[in-house]
Amino acid sequence: MFVEIMVFGQLTEITGSATVALEGAADTDAVLRLLQTRYPRLTGSRYVVAVNKKIITENTKVGNTDAVALLPPFSGG
Amino acid sequence: MSSMDLLHERYSRQVSLAELGIAGQQKLLQARVLVVGAGGLGAAALQYLAAAGVGHLGIVDDDSVALHNLHRQPLYSMADIGAPKANTARSRLQALNPGINIIAFNERLTVANALQIISTYDIVIDGTDNFATRYLINDACVLLQKPLVYAAVSKYEGQVSVFNVPKEGMAVNYRDLFPQPPAPGEVANCAETGVLGVLPGIMGVMQAAEAIKLITGIGEPLVNRLFTYNVLNNQVFEWKLQARQGTADLIPATAAAFEKTDYQWLCGMASMEREIDSNRFDQLAGQESTIIIDVREPGEEPLVDEFAHEKIPLGRLSEQAGSIRAENILVFCQSGKRSLQAARLLAEQLGDATKIYSLAGGIVQWKKAREHKKQASAQ
Repeated sequence: MFVEIMVFGQLTEITGSATVALEGAADTDAVLRLLQTRYPRLTGSRYVVAVNKKIITENTKVGNTDAVALLPPFSGG
Repeated sequence: MSSMDLLHERYSRQVSLAELGIAGQQKLLQARVLVVGAGGLGAAALQYLAAAGVGHLGIVDDDSVALHNLHRQPLYSMADIGAPKANTARSRLQALNPGINIIAFNERLTVANALQIISTYDIVIDGTDNFATRYLINDACVLLQKPLVYAAVSKYEGQVSVFNVPKEGMAVNYRDLFPQPPAPGEVANCAETGVLGVLPGIMGVMQAAEAIKLITGIGEPLVNRLFTYNVLNNQVFEWKLQARQGTADLIPATAAAFEKTDYQWLCGMASMEREIDSNRFDQLAGQESTIIIDVREPGEEPLVDEFAHEKIPLGRLSEQAGSIRAENILVFCQSGKRSLQAARLLAEQLGDATKIYSLAGGIVQWKKAREHKKQASAQ
């Protein structure tokens, strides 16, 4: 099962691209664990998680057709 | 032409919008909008708010115009370098539209002045460039129940949203999106990463558009939605926001609690700064509003009888955190590792009103330092 993850802002400097595909994650907690293993610098980064364009506040199941996104805060003005 | 004819002439192209009309223009002329930060976002928002005839504008900024501002803040010119931004913006905007009232606050928004300034406006626009003021504005707007039009930028990407406006039984705020401020260095600012000049202009003008929609009641403002934009690939997204459990506990519940919150400290606290040495520990330990907690398991050595303290093992800290009442909390353990974890945990649970410190090097280091001091004073 593949999940596609969109990455925004400075997080793309960690992942190297704006989208990342992951295999074998059934929920967002698993997605984050796998991502943090692949990109250790994500562990120290601040971001929120969205599933299908909705910012989630707790662990959420994900499947093949779901779009996961990581959005960091920006400070600039 | 009479001043009334000029008024009609000035706004004729937007009054002729059927949805806006004369009624909408009157709402704009009566509206009171506060723009915090007259930089890339704020200056752009201000130009269009003034042009649209928002009747009462407030501008808060304690900064002066610098040469490196001009690539993204074309409201200012070379002759303004060194001049206060709020004052300069005010005279520029007043020249654009003499028919509106503009107040310049040449000061920084702080917990001491925020509630007083914000309370006299209908809508607040966050055009700041730092997390400390962003969280301060958010919390003040939640307390005062003021709509907040938020935007922020980084390099080529921007975010916009409208907070504190109830819709379908829900009103989200910035802390529902990002509950806690990041530590310094965790998120780079424009000075470090750079920003394409047009980006804050685009996002700031969007903030003006959202404010105009809120005032006139036309369209669908970005209530409970976050809009993101990437200027390089033109990708835009809308993200649904929802209230987050525990957000309310992070926000000072009263004006008094707000005024005691140290947002600079809150946002300026890296994990390194959360840790204090033995000297600082002793200084804080002597204060009345401080409590000290040993987060080790019962019976761990060395025993501590030099100062009064409570014993709450790290594993049980979460469940007992709610009952701890103090301005400063000092936590310690054997080596300083568990206490740093404890400090992070307490900071997350207790929110911003409490200052939490971990004793670096633990009680072992503290006892050594004390021994050194004794020997030094004996000689």
